[in-house]
Amino acid sequence: MSGVDGFFNFFKGFFVTGKLPFKPKVTVQYPEVKRPKPERFHGRHVLNRYEDGMEKCIGCELCAGVCPARCIYVRGADNPPDAPVSPGERYGFVYEINFLRCIHCDMCVEACPTEAITESKMFEWSFVSRQDAIYTKAELVVDDEGNPRQLPWEDWKPGDERNTSAWMRATSPAGVAAKEGQPLWSGELGYGVRPAQAGQSDPAAADHAAPFDKAVRELAGNALRGIGVEGSAPRGIENAPQKPKHQKGNKK
Amino acid sequence: MSTTDTSNTGTGDPAPDEPKRGSLADRLLGRTVPGGPQLTSMLQHKTSEGAQELLARARTQAAELRREGGVLRLPEGAALDPEDIDIDVPSDETMILNIGPSHPSTHGVLRLMVELDGETILRSKPVIGYLHTGMEKTAEELMYHQGSTNVTRMDYLSPFFNELAFSLSVEKLLGVEVPPRATWIRMLMCELNRVSSHFLWMATNGSDIGAINMLVYGWREREILLAFFEKVTGLRMNHNYIRPGGVAADLPDGWRDDVAAICEAIPKRMDEYDNLLTGQPILQQRLQGVGALDAQTALDLGCTGPLLRGSGVAWDARRDTPYLAYDEVDFDVIVGSEGDCWDRFAVRINEIRESIRICQQILDRMPEGDFRVQDKKVTPPPRSRIDESMEALIHHFKLYTEGFKVPVGEAYVPVESARGELGCYIVSDGTSRPYRCHVRAPSFANLQSFSTMARGGFIADAIVLVSTIDPVLGDVDR
Repeated sequence: MSGVDGFFNFFKGFFVTGKLPFKPKVTVQYPEVKRPKPERFHGRHVLNRYEDGMEKCIGCELCAGVCPARCIYVRGADNPPDAPVSPGERYGFVYEINFLRCIHCDMCVEACPTEAITESKMFEWSFVSRQDAIYTKAELVVDDEGNPRQLPWEDWKPGDERNTSAWMRATSPAGVAAKEGQPLWSGELGYGVRPAQAGQSDPAAADHAAPFDKAVRELAGNALRGIGVEGSAPRGIENAPQKPKHQKGNKK
Repeated sequence: MSTTDTSNTGTGDPAPDEPKRGSLADRLLGRTVPGGPQLTSMLQHKTSEGAQELLARARTQAAELRREGGVLRLPEGAALDPEDIDIDVPSDETMILNIGPSHPSTHGVLRLMVELDGETILRSKPVIGYLHTGMEKTAEELMYHQGSTNVTRMDYLSPFFNELAFSLSVEKLLGVEVPPRATWIRMLMCELNRVSSHFLWMATNGSDIGAINMLVYGWREREILLAFFEKVTGLRMNHNYIRPGGVAADLPDGWRDDVAAICEAIPKRMDEYDNLLTGQPILQQRLQGVGALDAQTALDLGCTGPLLRGSGVAWDARRDTPYLAYDEVDFDVIVGSEGDCWDRFAVRINEIRESIRICQQILDRMPEGDFRVQDKKVTPPPRSRIDESMEALIHHFKLYTEGFKVPVGEAYVPVESARGELGCYIVSDGTSRPYRCHVRAPSFANLQSFSTMARGGFIADAIVLVSTIDPVLGDVDR
């Protein structure tokens, strides 16, 4: 390479960097603004209930058996005849997940025959003790509206509780193209029967994403307008004593 | 970095046992008289594990080093010939320097033990094992359908390749034919994974040689791909998506637009990086002619992947031992000529473009149909069938508790990972767990070429060498 070329190339590199201040930022101010999570995201588990309020778990222990990290402990018990907990013969009497071991592979979600265990979108949590990391059944079962219980050390965002069973729904057809696009699962308390992704049942679906996640295109688009910053303010941020000062670039 | 200097690192014998007493000054400073007993300095701090200072020089004998696993050696057939590197230095004037295991340029917990004369490397040895977690042993405990949660954690920067190699081996033993859509989805995910892995390499390589801004850009582009992986598999790494028998789930709605957007965005960025990196005189001088590895040596050392192709050997498992549907897509195998760091840089940069080219073809030709093998003994039934059919329910329970049994035999299937030939060797004893699962890790084999390449070079070039070998320590140690 001649010296002149090298001299020009030297400044071409600066041009790549130099034009970036005039482009939108790709980063977000993390704790205040968060990227939306994709539909199939694997987060904290929830134990679901049927639309009539009965628990879905039948204590079959398939989730515990399939877990490669061995983080689930389940003991079933016979349903009391006068006040049944689940519609089946048995119910999950003890249900514990040790989240210090869990790798969020979602094998339990695929194994569960009654769609009882699914995963929410929440992954931002900070335990202060090992005891807190072991979630008991009372903490995992959804509340009377069908929403996951939100524990003090968890950072829930609006939307995290939506679409909790997306990975279960995505893997439900088990490879059969003809089974795609139709719900193969039972309804959930507060949400009813959740919809299925169209998959190959609708050829146009491959071109049009659900509004829930547009992150990839927004990221790759020419504007590079952030990583899908449809960010939502966390609960209680209005009351936060101090807001960070460097938030200018991300205001709507 | 910590230094340990030594008077005799090669073949010296340990000190004889007969005791000798040193002077008061020797005892104060912890100096050991040759042949004398080990003395601890009276000035040193002592902990429950003894003195936490460097050992006295005479103590650092070869036997000592050997016990610590730190004997310097070169690969067989490439022993040090001082004339070879044109340095005449007495062995007690060299210095042993440990780079790592916690060093930003060693890409993980790699420890490089180098013997230096000034700035010149005489001998070197990568010391590995700091990330050894016994994953191959773990694989013997897990059933085949759980196995991909384990192997995906080995080379954590290209997890799809690990899952693919494992799944292909299991499928070979099972003798099942994977549906075409599963094959093409696997190809799509693997090629995108190759791009994301190479982008991370560009980022860290840039940072290692001083182009710190490339670190940020590399991560930025990789984010696009990870966002797509996250959308398809629900996880950014360690996906557990490619399973024996197919893929876990179909591509999500809108995947076509996403892949099209990626295929459009990445080549544009690549042109920018040609300006930012490839054309830069500083970067060229830093890479060109450094760590040249000729083709025969590369083959002898078992190098594969961009390292081998950079040395001019056109070996690519995708083309030479076709798997999946690589014989149906059109792509070029990028080959270098000199085998130096610059060639490896060029090979990887152009492989990103080739991978995008493959993705565009996959986009046009993705077949419709099932995406998991429809074998009742391997794939669990669709969810609705559990409520309809007792047979399906039994299969569901049996598969998730006992797994599927694999016929007795052994299988090895290599795939071309982002780092080279990644193969999974599985021995089955007819149960639902592998009797033995060994992974032929490209990072492990490639890293062994470090000693050969680093010999006679500068210590600063060692950093570039590790960077262009691109080892992933999870893959090396497993």
